[in-house]
Amino acid sequence: MTVHEQFAEDLALYALGSLEGETAVSLEQHLEECAACRQELARLQGDMALLALTTSGPAPPQRARQRLLKAIGREPRSLHTVFLRRRWWTLAPVFASLILAVFAIMLWRENARQRDRAEALRADLAQNEATFEQAKHLLALLTDPSAMHVTLVAAQARPQPLGKAIYMPRTGALVFIAGNLPPLMPQKTYELWLVPMRGDKPMPAGIFKPDPKGNAMVMMPPISAGVEAKAFAVTIEPAGGSPIPTMPIVLVGS
Amino acid sequence: MSTAGTQPSSADAALIARLRSGEQDAIAELYDRYSSLVYSVALRVLADSSAAEDVLQEVFMQLWRHPASFDARRGNLGPWLAVIARHRAIDVLRKRRPQTDVEEVVIAIDADLEGKAERARAAERVRASLHTMPEAQRKALEMAFFEGMTHTEIAAQTGEPLGTVKTRIRAALVALRRAVNV
Repeated sequence: MTVHEQFAEDLALYALGSLEGETAVSLEQHLEECAACRQELARLQGDMALLALTTSGPAPPQRARQRLLKAIGREPRSLHTVFLRRRWWTLAPVFASLILAVFAIMLWRENARQRDRAEALRADLAQNEATFEQAKHLLALLTDPSAMHVTLVAAQARPQPLGKAIYMPRTGALVFIAGNLPPLMPQKTYELWLVPMRGDKPMPAGIFKPDPKGNAMVMMPPISAGVEAKAFAVTIEPAGGSPIPTMPIVLVGS
Repeated sequence: MSTAGTQPSSADAALIARLRSGEQDAIAELYDRYSSLVYSVALRVLADSSAAEDVLQEVFMQLWRHPASFDARRGNLGPWLAVIARHRAIDVLRKRRPQTDVEEVVIAIDADLEGKAERARAAERVRASLHTMPEAQRKALEMAFFEGMTHTEIAAQTGEPLGTVKTRIRAALVALRRAVNV
């Protein structure tokens, strides 16, 4: 490695702190890239040290030593180990690493949160699927014409028409199942009535005809939500149904 | 002989290691070794014992606070402290904030100057070299080193061309190096 001659004299001035302005800036840029010139600068600093060795004089007063040791005794230890004098950009990789680490932690936590959420959603979905399957099977059972409908009554008794209404006033959902119904004339139909708790005018709740075995079902007729029911009843009406029930009442329950 | 870049195995390196672990006794020992050198450099520059004491205090406090600022692989501690003391004394002389980043000060000396006797021997050779070099060259070097004058200021004061002053300063420094390495 050889020192670049054009910088040789400037290097000496730079070592002495005498170089200023653009010349100093361009020399510093060169030093960043040139190991030979950095080495020569170190040698010139060594030459300066040699010159410094020629100084001689009295030893420093004893009080200077005491002053130093007293000052050191007052200095908290943490400052000595933690703080190093550096140019800010030499710490840039440390800052970048810290930022990346914080970022990684944030991403990891977000990832964990999303993973928990996905697992909760998967659990909900599985539960909903199970409920849906159960409801589907129940519905298929109730609506399948080939399903057996057996009404059990007291032994030796003749089966009587009967019906069961399942009603939820909050939503207006209604399922009605009937059995042992006598067959009707073609121009007639059975009609289900909801007798509200307030007022006595029954509300139509669907018309139906029984199958040859006397079974029938009404599912989810259009009933407004929030109607409290006092009773349910079934009458025989002309085909297409009636706005008000025609006596007699075939089935009634409250 | 040791050069900058070699692994330190000296007493100085051991003291610096103790300093880094926070031993107050280590700074006291380093002070006893090098306070005279640091003080004499500061006194030569400042010609004021009180100001020189302040520089002495500052240099050793700097070493105590930031022991990592001296890398033992990059030079002898004594010469390094002497140069740091010179820079700080010049700052005080010129009434300016510290201009030198001590971590940037890297000393390369072929001679081993850790012992007091070695330093005294090297100082004798340097003094002899100064006596034998041309007066103008020695004066330019001392004005730059001990008075902190820029080459422009030296040229203005001596009436010599700027290029000549620059050449003299470098040549003088290199002459000291050769004198010690003989």
